[in-house]
Amino acid sequence: MIRFLLTKLLYLVPTFLGITIVAFGFVRVLPGDPVLLMAGERGLTPERHAELAHQLGFDKPVWAQYFDFLTRLLHGDLGNSLVTKKPVLGEFLTLFPATVELGIVAIIIATLVGVPVGVLAAIKRGSWFDQVSMTAALVGFSMPIFWWGLLLIILFSGILQWTPVSGRISLMFFFPQVTGFMLIDSLLSGQKGAFVSALSHLILPSVVLATIPLAVIARQTRSAMLEVMGEDYVRTAKAKGMPYSRVVMVHALRNAMIPVITTIGLQVGVLLAGAILTETIFSWPGIGKWMIDSISRRDYPVVQSGLLMIAAIVMLVNLLVDLTYGLINPRIRHK
Amino acid sequence: MKLLSRSLLAASALALMSAAPALAKTFVYCSEASPEGFDPAPYTAGTTFDASAHPVYNGLVEFKSGTTEVVPALAESWDVSEDGTVYTFHLRKGVKWQSNDVFTPTRELTADDVVFSFVRQGDATNPWHEYIPGITYEYYTSMEMPDLVKSVEKVDDLTVKITLNHPEAPFIANLAMPFMRIVSQEYADTLAKAGTKEDFNNKPIGTGPFKFVAYQKDAVIRFQKNPDYWGEAPKIDDLVFAITPDASVRLQKLKANECQLMPYPAPADLATIKADPNLKLDELPGLNVAYLAYNTTVAPFDKVEVRKALNMAINKQAIIDAVFQGAGQVAKNPIPPTMWSYNDAVQDDAYDPEAAKKMLADAGVKDLSMKIWAMPVQRPYMPNARRTAELMQSDLAKVGVKAEIVSYEWGEYLKKSMEEGRDGAVILGWTGDNGDPDNFLSVLLSCAGAKAGGANRAFWCNQEFSDLLTQAKKTSDVAERTKLYEQAQVIFKEQAPWDTLAHSTQFVPMRKNVTGFTMSPLGDFTFENVDITE
Repeated sequence: MIRFLLTKLLYLVPTFLGITIVAFGFVRVLPGDPVLLMAGERGLTPERHAELAHQLGFDKPVWAQYFDFLTRLLHGDLGNSLVTKKPVLGEFLTLFPATVELGIVAIIIATLVGVPVGVLAAIKRGSWFDQVSMTAALVGFSMPIFWWGLLLIILFSGILQWTPVSGRISLMFFFPQVTGFMLIDSLLSGQKGAFVSALSHLILPSVVLATIPLAVIARQTRSAMLEVMGEDYVRTAKAKGMPYSRVVMVHALRNAMIPVITTIGLQVGVLLAGAILTETIFSWPGIGKWMIDSISRRDYPVVQSGLLMIAAIVMLVNLLVDLTYGLINPRIRHK
Repeated sequence: MKLLSRSLLAASALALMSAAPALAKTFVYCSEASPEGFDPAPYTAGTTFDASAHPVYNGLVEFKSGTTEVVPALAESWDVSEDGTVYTFHLRKGVKWQSNDVFTPTRELTADDVVFSFVRQGDATNPWHEYIPGITYEYYTSMEMPDLVKSVEKVDDLTVKITLNHPEAPFIANLAMPFMRIVSQEYADTLAKAGTKEDFNNKPIGTGPFKFVAYQKDAVIRFQKNPDYWGEAPKIDDLVFAITPDASVRLQKLKANECQLMPYPAPADLATIKADPNLKLDELPGLNVAYLAYNTTVAPFDKVEVRKALNMAINKQAIIDAVFQGAGQVAKNPIPPTMWSYNDAVQDDAYDPEAAKKMLADAGVKDLSMKIWAMPVQRPYMPNARRTAELMQSDLAKVGVKAEIVSYEWGEYLKKSMEEGRDGAVILGWTGDNGDPDNFLSVLLSCAGAKAGGANRAFWCNQEFSDLLTQAKKTSDVAERTKLYEQAQVIFKEQAPWDTLAHSTQFVPMRKNVTGFTMSPLGDFTFENVDITE
């Protein structure tokens, strides 16, 4: 097991290095000059432009800038934002919990709904439930997130007035950020109604964010279950008179879960991409919106370091998924 | 929720019984973006100023609410020397600085604070010049303050003398701009001692109507009424900015009364807003202009007749109707009609395709093909440049001119459109900084602006026009300046370096019970006079 873990970790090193190049290169390949964007319609004299570029280190050759970036990275310095002039790491840490909170709730919704729907659709293959749920999954998978979010806001917040429009908690609650997770902080604050308010603000954005992963998980569970249900050991279990529910839940589901868990793990990337739109619609102060703003302003330090952090997190999650695999499927562990 | 309303009820009953003032009044503004920081000097975005310069700070002088008229603020009065180079400011007495958890002021506003506010921006050797790595003072630089200001001296505690290198009439308007807010030197010293200089940008201390309370990045900014404010006390107790980037979501929040006022509604939503019985919509012509700038250095656009002919071929009213959806007016001058010295006597080149065709033929121009540059972004003065360019394209086709539409990424667009020998006419615009006509005419149309790094995208250098501007800067007599600018506008129209397209209208939707909000022609959002009636 330890060797398994070490090999996996060793693989991460070249991947990580590759990501630094991609993250650094990506924003520089885009046309546009951050110095000029700061000046806007007014323009800058060539002298002032040179002065600012020098101050920001953009006058150095690209490889030297990359080397600077790597050196600072090894010292744990992710640089300062060109726009806010604040350390990128600090901004990331302030905003990241909001994205994680939203992501976790979304993935919980997607899994808790997606897996049972998939299982049910598989064992009742061809039924109306199967047909309706799989059509819904197809629609969900191709849902334009921005439109979907706005539609839910207009319906549930505008017309029905069941949920708040946007934000993380009602503005009447005001307490310091401790963990950055609003559900936890609201409990810690001890203010009456704060937790309920935080929860009600989470419903719409997490449902919107969960939509695509839910559809993927449901479809994946269904096809994995169908495959497993045809296996010999399931037929044997059925033949020996085992209760059907036990056949499904223990023999079939446990084996079907391996590809499903991979899928869930892969959804982390999808969630981060979905977070960009979801956070923008729901005014959710997370890293998705932060990255988009920074890309449009060509805020090089934020984009390169932000991408790096996000990539590192996706890598870690995938590693964890690989490890869970080992727990569920001993064959992989022993290989 | 029920519990809460019951306790609210109990509280208000108590308040009634004791005849004490009612509950704290909170006003929520759905702002559209996050501030870059809270020190106004290093930044240039209006959103940043709305959250820093306007609520927290004061300038020596400020713009009177809803106008571009410069009025006294921290300076009660000022004298200008005969030659227009020495300004002496007399400061208001007894102006108190705000306090926070790390700072309690021991003194009131003095000339030291004013001097500090200038030198930290202008003097690169000042320890506060780069108190955050990479910080620069772009507004101070771009308004040419480093070339203009010779010295800033304290005469006594309440008198400051500013000496200029040359007379410059718009200088006083520059001082009213948000980047020139007065900051506390004592606060700076306190932070320097504590080794937390960056708090100068995170926890602002000013003299303004509101005190900064807290900022959660990309989410909420909280302010509180400043009980020691020298001016008229704000009518609301708490001012909250709920940062809401999407215009449709802002409107939903406004409808749900989650906020009481919002900026920048989507043009498509204006009808819905007008129809909503709980909302009202204020409107004001913006201090801006959208234009099509020909490259006057390249044939055949170096000929006045060709430029005039093209101007006559383009149906501007159709652009106002289709692109601005009525939220704007056709422009004939480079400055907007709300600005002083606007010359209403100027006649616009009327839309007349037949005459345009003839003029082109007379000028010997046949089978002209040209490029129209359409900017890739939406700006306050131009909702959709691509659509505008398409309309122009079809108008020009009617007079036999073939137009190709080109576009670049925004930063590239700004850069390439200022490159010498540029091929094509550029759609762009301008929003005024300080309400002075010079801020439009000199920046956008003077000979100096036609050089690299300027903003004269017609590359139009007319000595007579430029001389009028220079002359107008030397005197502070508004009547005399008005005459000079009116003359300049006549020359501009005769020479037609641009097709002046439009002045857009700005809209601000709010709840019906909001009173005391005044729209600013400069696009500022200020809340010291705002109130909510029951």
